[in-house]
Formats: sequence, structure tokens, C-alpha cells
Amino acid sequence: MTRVRPAFVFPVAIFLALAAVFGIYLYQVGIGGKTVAELPSALIDRPVPDFSLPPIEGDGVGLASTQLTGQVSLVNVWASWCPPCRQEHPLLMRLAREGVPIYGINYKDKPDAAKAFLAELGNPFAAIGADRTGRVAIDWGVYGYPETFVVDRTGRIRYRHVGPIMPHDLKTRIQPLLRELGR
Amino acid sequence: MIPEIGQFALILALFVALVQGTVPLIGAAQRRAGWMALAGTAAQVQFLLVITAFACLMHAYVVSDFSVANVAQNSHTLKPLLYKISGVWGNHEGSMVLWVSILALFGLAVALFGGNLPPTLRARVLAIQGLIGAAFLAFILFTSNPFLRLDPAPLEGQGLNPILQDPGLAFHPPFLYLGYVGFSMAFSFAVAALIEGRVDAAWARWVRPWTLAAWCALTVGIALGSWWAYYELGWGGWWFWDPVENASFIPWLVGTALLHSAIVVEKRDALKSWTVLLAILAFSMSLLGTFLVRSGVLTSVHTFATDPARGVFILGLLVTVIGGSLTLYAVRAPALRGGGLFAPVSREGALVLNNLLLTTGAAVVLLGTLYPLILDAVGGGKVSVGAPFFNATFVPLMLPVLLACTVGAMLSWKRADLGGVLERLKFVFLAALLVTAATAWLAGIGEVFAAFGLGIAAWLVLGSALELGNRIALFRVPFAESLRRAAGLPRAAWGMAIAHGAVGILVAGVTASSAWRSEEIWLMRPGDAVTVADYSLRFEGVESVRGPNYAAERGTFTVTRGGERVTTLASEKRRYPAERSDTTEAGILSTVGGDLYAVLGDRAPDGAWSTRLYFNPLVGWIWAGAILMAVGGVVSLTDRRYRVGAPRRAAARAAEAAPDTAGA
Amino acid sequence: MKRVAARLVTMFMLLLSAPALAVEPGEMLADPALEARARAISAELRCLVCQNQSIDDSNADLARDLRLLVRERLKEGDSDQQVVAFVVARYGDFVLLDPPFKATTALLWGGPALVFAAGLVGIAVWFRRRRAEGSEPAPLSADEERRLQALLDGDGSNPRP
Repeated sequence: MTRVRPAFVFPVAIFLALAAVFGIYLYQVGIGGKTVAELPSALIDRPVPDFSLPPIEGDGVGLASTQLTGQVSLVNVWASWCPPCRQEHPLLMRLAREGVPIYGINYKDKPDAAKAFLAELGNPFAAIGADRTGRVAIDWGVYGYPETFVVDRTGRIRYRHVGPIMPHDLKTRIQPLLRELGR
Repeated sequence: MIPEIGQFALILALFVALVQGTVPLIGAAQRRAGWMALAGTAAQVQFLLVITAFACLMHAYVVSDFSVANVAQNSHTLKPLLYKISGVWGNHEGSMVLWVSILALFGLAVALFGGNLPPTLRARVLAIQGLIGAAFLAFILFTSNPFLRLDPAPLEGQGLNPILQDPGLAFHPPFLYLGYVGFSMAFSFAVAALIEGRVDAAWARWVRPWTLAAWCALTVGIALGSWWAYYELGWGGWWFWDPVENASFIPWLVGTALLHSAIVVEKRDALKSWTVLLAILAFSMSLLGTFLVRSGVLTSVHTFATDPARGVFILGLLVTVIGGSLTLYAVRAPALRGGGLFAPVSREGALVLNNLLLTTGAAVVLLGTLYPLILDAVGGGKVSVGAPFFNATFVPLMLPVLLACTVGAMLSWKRADLGGVLERLKFVFLAALLVTAATAWLAGIGEVFAAFGLGIAAWLVLGSALELGNRIALFRVPFAESLRRAAGLPRAAWGMAIAHGAVGILVAGVTASSAWRSEEIWLMRPGDAVTVADYSLRFEGVESVRGPNYAAERGTFTVTRGGERVTTLASEKRRYPAERSDTTEAGILSTVGGDLYAVLGDRAPDGAWSTRLYFNPLVGWIWAGAILMAVGGVVSLTDRRYRVGAPRRAAARAAEAAPDTAGA
Repeated sequence: MKRVAARLVTMFMLLLSAPALAVEPGEMLADPALEARARAISAELRCLVCQNQSIDDSNADLARDLRLLVRERLKEGDSDQQVVAFVVARYGDFVLLDPPFKATTALLWGGPALVFAAGLVGIAVWFRRRRAEGSEPAPLSADEERRLQALLDGDGSNPRP
């Protein structure tokens, strides 16, 4: 007696398709590790933005975009007033010890506080530029702190990590990428 | 001890709900009266158990029992009592207990007042309610148990977000849930009708009161939330098209469509399968909203902090409830034969138009809300859908509805004389045109949309008044006769007029406050004065004050108008030490013509303070309109025809007239 | 996953912990026309750390920086589109509150019209089918005929529905 009429099947069909999408998304966000709020960088596969930053008051020579070609490196945007930066710092120290060149952009920080931070936790950076106004960070598309970029030999940005680097991210994302790029 | 009683009560309630959900269904299929009657008893027992659990949780909050993890995470001894109580539902677990309490309450209402329903229908409706209740109780017990204990118990709780410590927000969730869960009644009726295989005018008459009650509550809930955002968040906005706001708006739109289409089923026995679908969809949208808010797939300032594991459970719930009911619909609905024919131009036709536009509107809001999620899931990148999209797509859909509303209310059933109705409305039309023209002339021709908005508002308000006037033959018969007719008018007619007029008031408020808001941003020193609209505000300076659980900087402004002192406004920047967060409270002067709104900012190095001063014309009309809409709904609810006894009396009379067909 | 959530919360709390007013007097440009353009552009740009506000409304540090950036670019003579393109080049399409019309958003912008059209078509089809079927209420059974006669003849009081 039940003759299936297409119009009546539409609602359940649309709903099941939607539920499937939700299921996929939950999987991606849950097990897959995708973050709902994390935005992809607009600069992936593009050359690093042109910039030239002074050093943190009298401590080194600063950082310029020209230094970022010729080797695979990490660029880390950090500040002394940022607790997650504190959290990830030991990992950066470890990477530096393993020989990975890490460059730092010190974001809107007081020179004394920045220097004290490095004195206390160690300095993994080959060079640091002080971005007092935050304008260079905007050129990099930074919106959360800390952020870490992987830059390849030709000076192109290949990956952006938002938030402190956890051992898990190091193992699954960053280290494989560094190996792939020839580090 | 008491939390354990609560826990135990929830477990028992789950079992009762499972029984309520299965036995009466079998009883209805096999016509076993005893099994069907079990539904009512089970519903009452379930209510008692769930409300006991709710009371136990509330007790834990009121006495600040921090050995209960939920209380420790969300409460604090310094919180005022009102907010300790409202803190019960200010978090995920507690709000779920509120949800099942209201679900059980509605089941109880059917058990107590549904005596005039046919036994099979009643049993099935209560069974579906029971199944839904069981699903949610399982969700609570397995993933969101509020009665988990902490050992050792902390000495102090982690407090509640200070932004939520507010009277408006304390009552926002209960009203919302009355609405969401209230739609479960329409859902249960729809599913029961599909199982029975019969939808008729009597079914619609039973469904309408429950749907109307839920709709009124949801309207108030959304209005409270919007009003709270306006005065609390400090920049005078009241609707942000935030995903969670949209999640409450979509069921409201579908519910409004349902209310209107149910009229056609009741009066003309038509649009049956469409109305059943709407009834299923209204509750489905409520469930979808629950999923979006609690599963972690959306980020919003509103979402509870939950994780995807819960999301999976709720998704399973959705697939079972929504997927199951829509499958039943696909199979059974084609057998529902339609009733009266009608011409396109008729009251039914107008209601079909209403439904088309409201449902499309709901679909548009749903599309905009879900699109970022869908695109991200299929790997299309991240896109953001904000207010501009909704303003461009939703608003144009609403304009025809508002225009048609006044006309439709005066069309007759089956086949209407559109020309005649428009003729009767010509003065209302002229008045609306006049308002539009006057506004455009006063405000400048660039403000044509705003002028149009006010014109629509006039169209709605005057149109409703005219429709009432027509019914009581005002000015056509002696006034005393008109009064007599007015007293005899069915309440539903009053309800409709009030509700439609209220929409006009709301439209006026939205239009004026959006188009003609004045804003002044200045650095002020004590003694400085700024003019906003007609008012002059003189800054008096800032002093430090203390509240029950906060410390604040309070800036005061003396407000004068035309040289005469009107009032003093105070704006505070509060710091809540327990939660380590800050809020800004605005100083608001509310008048019928609009709100004066003052917000204190930061102190500049030279001692001046940055301030933002606004005048929002007619903004209060937005919430007045919304509340009045709900009032109209309540007035309709009190209509004698919805009273419990009426159908029984009619049934008794029919039984007298034809005793050999009793029981048919 | 709770770690992730906690991390994000920390990050965002960080940014909100120094409350500044949205659009402070000090940021505003002297030229009212430029300032009006700045406000309009700011209202279109999403604040990336607050999730549902524009940078015009938001208290966040990043929002303030972007507001200043917008004004700087306007002072240098950029057109409205150029300013927006400048920000989008750095932050991607997500920073736009008004989703751009691209292949990926075609369904979003086309959706409303599609749904409305589908609804209209559905109603038209249904109407035509009803006409064709001529579905008037089913004819009365003999039983019901008798009841009708009894009501019409004897019991004159037929209450209106």
C-alpha cells in the first residue's frame, strides 16, 4: 500500500546527508585533530613578507626577511607576557639543540621583559626581531599567540601552527615537514 | 546524600521513561486499554522523579555543596542567591536537567489535561514523549552527569562567568527550553498521528494550544536574550546572527509557520501532510540547535565548552529521532488525503504564502549558519558568514510576509475577493504611504529603506486595528452595539490582532534603531559635556565602588534636556576577582522615544576618560513588540474553544443525537 | 581535545585581558569623510579572535591594530577595495564578514533563491495535482446520511464551528 513518492522522501534524504556531514566533521574535529577555530594561513606557499626589524634593544642585529632564504627554518612569534609561549619554550630549545634554525619575532614586548624571559628560559633563536608595533606580525597574518611558521629554502612559508607547539604536533606535523623539506 | 538521591532519581526516571515509551505503543497497536492507560501514570511518575533530581541539584547549588563537581565548577559562595539558582542551568549538565524536567512537565500536562483525547492517540503521544525523555536521560547519565562528586571537596567554587550574573539572563534559558521542548509536543502529536494514519481537524485543535504555548515561551526567551545582549555587552547591538542565536531563531520561524498552517488543517482540513512535516521539523530544529551548541562543532561566545564525544551521542540522538520521524513521514504521509479545495486567492492561499516565505527564511538562516561547517568538512576551506549575508537574504524574504499579513487576515476562506479587501484597506494603505513619505522627507531621501520600514510598521498596526474594527462593525452600527460585539469576539481574534500589530511595533523599533542611531565617541574630563540627539551629557568624573563580588570604576553623567535636568547615568567597568574577568556595564535611560546609552571606556594617560554615548531611537519597541506578540499568543490560548471541556461537550451532544454511532 | 580547547581559551583570554574600548577617540581620524570610510570598512572585517564581531565592535588588541592599519592605508590614499584586499591578502577570506562570491560560496549565495523557487514550484505542482484529482471529501456512507438527515430535520441548533 505504500507507494514511495519522491517529494516525501526529500526531507529525510536531506537530513541524512546533513547528518553524514556532521559525522564527518565530528570525526575531523575529534580524532582528526582539526580545530574548529583555527584558520588556515593565507600565506601558505607564498614568499615570506618583506620586513626588517631592529633587535631587542642592543641585543644582536635584528631580523630581516633576507635572512630567511637558503635554509629550512622556523619563525616563531612570541612575547614574554604570553603564558603559552612559556609553555612551548622548552620544545623550541630542544629543536635549537638539534640544529634547526629558529628565528624569533618578539611581539609588542618591553625589551627588559623580553630579555628577562630569554635569560630565564634560554635563547633558542639564531636571530630575533623586535616588532614593537605589531605591524610585521599583521603582515604575517598572525592572530593568536604564539604562532610558528615553517619556511623552506626558497623563503616560502609552508606551514603555520597557531598556539603553543605540543610534543604531539612536533611529532605529527612539524618534524615530518622539516624532514621532507630536507632538514 | 542529596546528590545521590538526585542521581538515583534520574536512573529511575530513565527506566520509567523506557516503559512509558514502549508499553503504551504496543497497547495502542493491540487496543489494550490497561497498557494504554499506563502512559498517563508513567508520565506522572517520570515527572516526579525528574523534578526530584532537579530539586536535588538546585539544593546543592543553594547550599554551595562543592563536593558536587558541577557546583564546584560553576558556583561560588559570594554569588547572590538568585544567581546561585540560575547557575543551575547556566552550564551544560544542569541545563540538560532543566531540559528533561520541562519535557516531563509537558508529558504530565498531557496526562492530566488530555482526558478528552482518544485513548490510542493519547497513549501514542505520551509514548513518544517518553522515548524522547529516555534518550535525553541516557545522554545525561552517560555523558553529562551533574551529580558527579569531587573528593576531596574544594573549599570554594570556580564561580560563574560574571556576564551571566544578570536577571535577564537568569530567565532566558528556562523560557527558551519551554519553547524548544514545547515543540516536542507538536512533534509527538505528529508522529502519533502518522502511526495512527489519521490527521483531522480535531487533531489540529489539540496540537495548536501546545504549539502556541511553546511559541509564546520561545518568543519571550529570544527577546530576553536579545535585550540582555543589548544592555550587557556594551555596544548597543541586539542581534548578531551568531550561530547559537540562529539556532534559536530557526525553530521560532518554523514554529510560526506551523501555527499558521495548523489553522488551515483545523478550519479546512487541508495542508495536512505539510503541517505534520512542520511539526516534526520544529522540534527537529530545536534538537539541531542543541547539537550545534553542545557538540563543539561551532565556536561562538554562546557555546558551552563541550567536546566532540558528546557531539557523537547527540548526533546519534538526532539520527534516531529526526531520521526516524522523517522516515515514518516518507512512508505514511502520502496516505493522508487532503480535504477542502481552495482558490489561490483566499485565506488558505495567504497562509500558504506565509508558510513558503517563513520556511524559506528558516532554510536561509540554516544555510548561512551551517555553510562554514559543511564547507570545512568537505575540505573547501574556511569561509565566514556574517551579518551582511543574512541582511541581504533574510530581510527581503520577510518584506512580502509583512505586506501580506494585513491583507491575509481579512481574506475569506476558500475563495476571497481580493479587490474588496484591498478596497477596505485603502485608508490603511494611504496612511502607510503617508508615513513612508513623511519619514523620507524628514530623514532625507537616502533613507528610503528606513522610510519603507516605518511604512510597513504603520501598515501592520493600522491594518490590525482595521480588521478588528471591521469585525465589530465599528462606525457602521451604534457604538454600544460595537462594544457588545467586541466583548463577544472570540479571544483568538483578539490574539491575532494583538500579535500582528505587535509585529508592526517590532518592525518600527528595528528600523528606527538601525537607521537613526547617534553615536558620539570622545575623551572626556570632568565638566566636559557632549550633545547626543536632544540630550546633553556632562561627565562628572569617575569614582571607585564595590559590589557583592566585584570592584568597579564608576563614571557618572548628568543628563539634561533643553536645560532641564533629566537624570544621572552611571557606567561601570567591573572587575570580578574570583573569575578574574572584567565587564562593562552601560548606563541606560529608556524612554518611549528611544534609549540614551552611555559607556565608560579606558582612562587615557593624561587623566581623561574615553566614552561612547549613543541614542538609539525606538529601540525599546523591539522588545515591547516581541513581548506583545507573546501576549497575543497567550490571549489566543485563553480562547474558549481550546478549553479542555469543549470537545467533550460536543462529543456528548453528538452521542445524544445518534446513540447508535457512539464509539465511532 | 580538551587540551586544544584549553589552549585556545588561554590564547583568547590573553587577548581579552586588557580591555580597551572598541574604536577609541585616539584612533579616530581628523578627516570625517575618511573616518566614515574607516568605520564602514571596519564593520565588514571580522575580528579573528572574538569569532562573531567586526573589528569595529571588538575590544581585542588585534582588532585595534587592524583598525589603526585600516586608517593608515586610507590616509595613504588607498581605495576601499584596496584596503580590504590588503587585509584579505594577509588573513584570507575568512576575515570578511560578507562571504565573497566565489565557486566555493556559489551554493551559499544561490541557495536562498533556489529554495524559494523550489517552494514555488512545489506549491504550483501540488495545486495542479489537487485540481486534477478533484479531491472533495469522500461521499457519505449510508450511516452518515441518516445522521445528516436527523440533524437537518430534528435538532435545529447546529453550532457554528
